[in-house]
Amino acid sequence: MQKLRVRYAKRGRARFTSHRDFGRAFERALRRAGVPMAYSSGFSPHPRISYANASPTVAASEAEYLELGLSQECDPAKVREALDAALPPGLDVLEVVVAPTGALADLLTGSLWRITVVGVGRDVVDRAVASFMSRESVEVQRLTKNGIRSFDARQAVVLLASSDAGLDLVTRHQEPLVRPDDVLAGLAVVEAGFTPIEVPVLTRISQGRLDASTASIADPFRC
Amino acid sequence: MTIPSSTPAQPDAPPTLFERLEPLLAKVSKPIQYVGGELNSVSKEWSDVDVRWCLMYPDAYEVGLPNQGVAILYEILNERDWILAERTYAVWADMEALMREHQVPQFTLDSHRPVRAFDVFGLSFATELGYTNMLNALDLADIPVHARDRREDDPIVLAGGHAAFNPEPIADFIDAAVLGDGEEITLKISEVIREWKVEGRPGGRDALLMRLAAGGNVYVPKFYDVDYLADGRIQRVAPNRSGVPFRIAKHTLMDLDAWPYPKKPLVPLAETVHERYSVEIFRGCTRGCRFCQAGMITRPVRERSIDTIGAMVQGGIEATGLEEVGLLSLSSADHSEIADVTKQLADRYEGTNVSLSLPSTRVDAFNIDLANELSRNGRRSGLTFAPEGGSDRMRKVINKMVDEDDLIRTVAAAYSNGWRQVKLYFMCGLPTETDEDVLAIADLARRVIATGRQASGKRDIRCTVSIGGFIPKPHTPFQWAAQLDHETTDVRLAKLRDAIRSDRQYGKAIGFRYHDGKPGVVEGLLSRGDRRVGKIIEAVWRDGGRFDGWSEHFSYERWMRCSEEALAGTGVDVSWYTTREREYSEVLPWDHLDSGLDRDWLWEDWQDALDEVEVEDCRWTPCFDCGVCPQLDTSIQIGPTGRSLLPIAAVTQGVTVS
Repeated sequence: MQKLRVRYAKRGRARFTSHRDFGRAFERALRRAGVPMAYSSGFSPHPRISYANASPTVAASEAEYLELGLSQECDPAKVREALDAALPPGLDVLEVVVAPTGALADLLTGSLWRITVVGVGRDVVDRAVASFMSRESVEVQRLTKNGIRSFDARQAVVLLASSDAGLDLVTRHQEPLVRPDDVLAGLAVVEAGFTPIEVPVLTRISQGRLDASTASIADPFRC
Repeated sequence: MTIPSSTPAQPDAPPTLFERLEPLLAKVSKPIQYVGGELNSVSKEWSDVDVRWCLMYPDAYEVGLPNQGVAILYEILNERDWILAERTYAVWADMEALMREHQVPQFTLDSHRPVRAFDVFGLSFATELGYTNMLNALDLADIPVHARDRREDDPIVLAGGHAAFNPEPIADFIDAAVLGDGEEITLKISEVIREWKVEGRPGGRDALLMRLAAGGNVYVPKFYDVDYLADGRIQRVAPNRSGVPFRIAKHTLMDLDAWPYPKKPLVPLAETVHERYSVEIFRGCTRGCRFCQAGMITRPVRERSIDTIGAMVQGGIEATGLEEVGLLSLSSADHSEIADVTKQLADRYEGTNVSLSLPSTRVDAFNIDLANELSRNGRRSGLTFAPEGGSDRMRKVINKMVDEDDLIRTVAAAYSNGWRQVKLYFMCGLPTETDEDVLAIADLARRVIATGRQASGKRDIRCTVSIGGFIPKPHTPFQWAAQLDHETTDVRLAKLRDAIRSDRQYGKAIGFRYHDGKPGVVEGLLSRGDRRVGKIIEAVWRDGGRFDGWSEHFSYERWMRCSEEALAGTGVDVSWYTTREREYSEVLPWDHLDSGLDRDWLWEDWQDALDEVEVEDCRWTPCFDCGVCPQLDTSIQIGPTGRSLLPIAAVTQGVTVS
């Protein structure tokens, strides 16, 4: 059985796709592309696909990853092309490589996010960032299936910097996973004036092995 | 068709609403349902076409997207280079609130254009419970809800679908309605609109409606007046101007092989109620079940040939990537070549992940053979049959010709072939029904389990009984019948439930599903309502009523309160519309709309029902003069063709390393 790793993007309108929706669309695309999938055994066999760290619905991404189990050996370049053609616009397959040994998840320990904030002055953003980074912990809340849950959004943040383009954020993947919207909630906690007039647009720029000392992310297909 | 020598001056393309919509999407649940861009969706340049349709299925995206009718029209219209068609669906309350707050009008999904900018706003009503959603969409689109208030540049609001066979309750809100198959008539309407636009829109909106009405297949309610008798019944419905027909005829598509749609249905990113590619293997049904509006209004039977079905399945799977294929019709096992169709398709797709289903409803041992054929790889979970009536007597009344022993034999065959669960559908509240008829369902279910245990040699088999309330529908022999009041319906169902639950030997093996009778009252009111019912629909919508087909959003209390207010002074009330039996001489609100069925034949069939006399199927016995073929100049189109499907090459796997 061949294993392929796939990097794909969620762009434009497609950022509103939920992870479940993506999963169904991707399975259909595999069939349309004629990718010879390996199936799980059992009463209702599923194609062997493992997803890693899906970004939240509404977030755009340039760096989503998954791994496929195939029943026949395939040319990764052809698979990329065929899958990309079979997916709707905005769900773009960027790279396909043959999986080396080792778990994909071990290579995905951090993410770089870009956040576009509308309706908050640069000075307020800077103050919020400085205040957030100066703290040991910032307690935020998130509504989950099991009700409202409180957790620390600060500890997972390796880097948070503002520019005219918005905010750059590097997070460490840990349990519970701190998402960029949790960090935004944290900024509102430390700075009352941090009230964007629109829901900020989140984009995952890259994902890979995190070097905390330099806040850099190593490409999981090239390390 | 005449091709105009010059195209009319094009209005500027309306700006896309997406930028204004995008910030709202992050705040609503399941935003994907509002963004469009589905696989196989079409987005055309506004100025490249002459006629523009906005199609709506007036329910949530997850229900509306898989709708076969809209899918067909979307493709047929967009295949013409001079027409564009986009889609819109009912938005949920969270989105509605944001749209109203930020003044974002009702938009299409394909290019996010405002609905008001289109020439035609066409709505497909599979059920009357979408009426409040239509009013909400009109209002959100900034189109006046009353047809009489519409401006020259508002779209023509056009209703179609099965509910349009009695559009009187929405007569104040629509500009026009079409009856029957939409494939050809939508193109014809498009041509009329194009001509009128090319000529510079002479006479304005009313003149366009007049051109459409004069053709005889488009009903324009405002060209007809309804007079009432002092007791509230209708005295007459008649044209209020010359040049429009007294009766408007339904449209019938002949030769379904020439119209193999949908070829490339949209494949959504969002989850929807059906995730399968469906092929309509024939249209129409002449079994003659007296409760069944679909069977009555879609006559005659027109089959697709085995080759067309095979080609559609193959093309549809390729175009969509779906793995489930449904072979649809009103009674699928009645296709003249169904055994060949199922066997040959099963052969073709053996060893692949493609699964075929045949939503068959008739209780017939032959169906078990077909079901076995379609489940070769061993997935035999459940089979569904619809005897509809609990007793032999009841089934004679409704003309569902199957006797109890047949049913038991069929079920025994199912269990002995490895099927573990049988679902049985019934109706409650049928004409002449008594408690005994409904309690007979319990006896039947017991016999099913007893027989099943014997046939399979196992104890762990199940039978689920599902019951719906009967609602008399226009253009059926039961259009004159009294609907059973919801109190009696609920009492009968409670007795049945107790009878099943108290059975120690079999009770635990029988599942029981039913809904309370109240929503059926509202559906009954809307099904057989007249123009006075429009006021109720409007009041319910203004009071916040939306998504009436969803039990969590439906409010019986609101409908009754609004009915009382809206009908004050008319001398009629909800029970007058629902639980009252009509007489032969009464003018029914839809009598001027011609489904092809002879009114006297319907009446005789109603009398036969009361006498428990059955009527045969005209595909196998001589014509019994329902009137459709001569009235509409149509005929039955059935096989067998005797042709076979060739095996197809395995899916080309161009991605593998050879």
